[in-house]
Amino acid sequence: MDLKELYQEIILDHGKNPRNLRKTENFNKDAKGHNPLCGDNVHVYLKLNENKKVEDISFEGHGCAISMASASIMTDLVKGKEEAEVKEIVNDFLDMIKEKEELQNKILNEDEKTKLMCLSGVKQYPMRVKCATLSWHTLTSAIDDFQNIVNTES
Amino acid sequence: MDIDNIKKEFPIFDNKVQNNDLVYLDSANSSQKPRVVIDRIYDFYSKEFSNVGRSVHYLAVAATNLYENTRTSVQRYINAKDKNEIVFTKGATEAINLVANTFGQKYLEEGDEVLLTELEHHSNYVPWHFLRNSKKIKIEFAEINEAGEITIEAIKNKITSKTKIISVTHLSNVTGAILPIKEIVELAHSKNIPVLVDGCQGAPHLKLDMQELDCDFYAISGHKMYGPTGIGVLYAKKKWLDDLPPYQGGGGMINEVKKTGISYGELPNKYEAGTMATAQVIAFNESIKFMEKVGIENIEKHEKELLNYGLDILGKNNSIKIVGNPKNKGGVISFTIEGVHPHDIATILDEDGVAIRAGHHCCQILHEKLKLPATARASFGIYNTKDDIDQLSQSIENCKKIFNI
Repeated sequence: MDLKELYQEIILDHGKNPRNLRKTENFNKDAKGHNPLCGDNVHVYLKLNENKKVEDISFEGHGCAISMASASIMTDLVKGKEEAEVKEIVNDFLDMIKEKEELQNKILNEDEKTKLMCLSGVKQYPMRVKCATLSWHTLTSAIDDFQNIVNTES
Repeated sequence: MDIDNIKKEFPIFDNKVQNNDLVYLDSANSSQKPRVVIDRIYDFYSKEFSNVGRSVHYLAVAATNLYENTRTSVQRYINAKDKNEIVFTKGATEAINLVANTFGQKYLEEGDEVLLTELEHHSNYVPWHFLRNSKKIKIEFAEINEAGEITIEAIKNKITSKTKIISVTHLSNVTGAILPIKEIVELAHSKNIPVLVDGCQGAPHLKLDMQELDCDFYAISGHKMYGPTGIGVLYAKKKWLDDLPPYQGGGGMINEVKKTGISYGELPNKYEAGTMATAQVIAFNESIKFMEKVGIENIEKHEKELLNYGLDILGKNNSIKIVGNPKNKGGVISFTIEGVHPHDIATILDEDGVAIRAGHHCCQILHEKLKLPATARASFGIYNTKDDIDQLSQSIENCKKIFNI
């Protein structure tokens, strides 16, 4: 295992200065996520326009560098995408973190994929996978209008 | 006391962890096991196994004697009056659940209060919380001071005419504060309130004398005392065990069973329903003998030295904030590093073979009070050395380097 792969510069940067760490005004979808093992919390806010395009996305919460960076990169990448595209990106990311070598989707460009692949180092740290996936599961739940708090243990 | 020789009795340290020597600083979570304990489980299953307390054949009698020998050892170790005051459970959690359930059933009514502290582990809160729903009781929390301690005044402030039981930790697994149990018990008894002590962190590190503490209940975790998992002890004064109803029903805990009614067995069988963790109980005897051989005074002294050394080394580091500053403190150092989340600290330290815990340590009430989502925690056992603390300090520097601090 290599710490440098886990804590790449881009992760440290997004962890320290998370993008979109705020609350979207006039959001029309939101969900909360919680990791009971470590106490990490995230609240994702979405504003979808009439064409179901993500006009704005933001998050509030606290957590480790991995979870903050993951949420930050996620919000950066899905902004401007359509709801169906967002779902495809989320599933692709979760598949990659779980088992697949590469991202498969054709929605993100190469630069965006490279950015997202910076999180792949977490695969070598099974206990930390939940840190990277919490905000993504929470985004899914916001889109699907789930009322329950996302819980990484369920 | 030669720690190097003591350390050699723990086979886990013979192996490398990811090519590093193991620096195990997570004993407050669970301790490592000496060879005598591990061997005892193997020997019992290979040469002596039988269920206890039921059959009359040779192996059953021998196993029953071994099982009861542990009860006698625990009685001796904690200076209980009667060996029947020792009830085996699956852990300290079950011991506390047993008391909350049976005491709650018999003595708690709507509006009654149970007094806990803000330092409690979830295992000394959740079992009482169940009674909030079933009995409509109230739970009060004695508040910590700035040092992260619970003073006798903090307890006094929360006792009312409705307080029916006080349940407190002996030693906080986060701040390390050792509570003034004797004073708390004296105060509580002057108002006819019984006291349960969560001894998870007390029993492995402090000299125990039930006659001196005079508490009504004391919960012990076996796996934190260099013993196997799946075994704990509830010490309870005999008057309570005679008085309270049984906890679980099943084989072994009955006297006579008829279609029309059931009478329950004598102590200690009354509280030990079903086949118990026999091998673990028998091996737990070896943990107690191991601790007696090292000597609890030596354990206390050694861990105090480690604590002072650790507080000194980490205290000099400006980036580190130590959580709590109790005057009377056990071998636990919880800390935060400005700009690095505790989980990142734990992952980075792990790369050097340094095992610590990060998170809320099952104490969310306390972390909320401290306004900290999580902390990193180094905790000591008899096998730790000053070298371990030096390695901890060095790995923390590595952590700061990665995060550019």
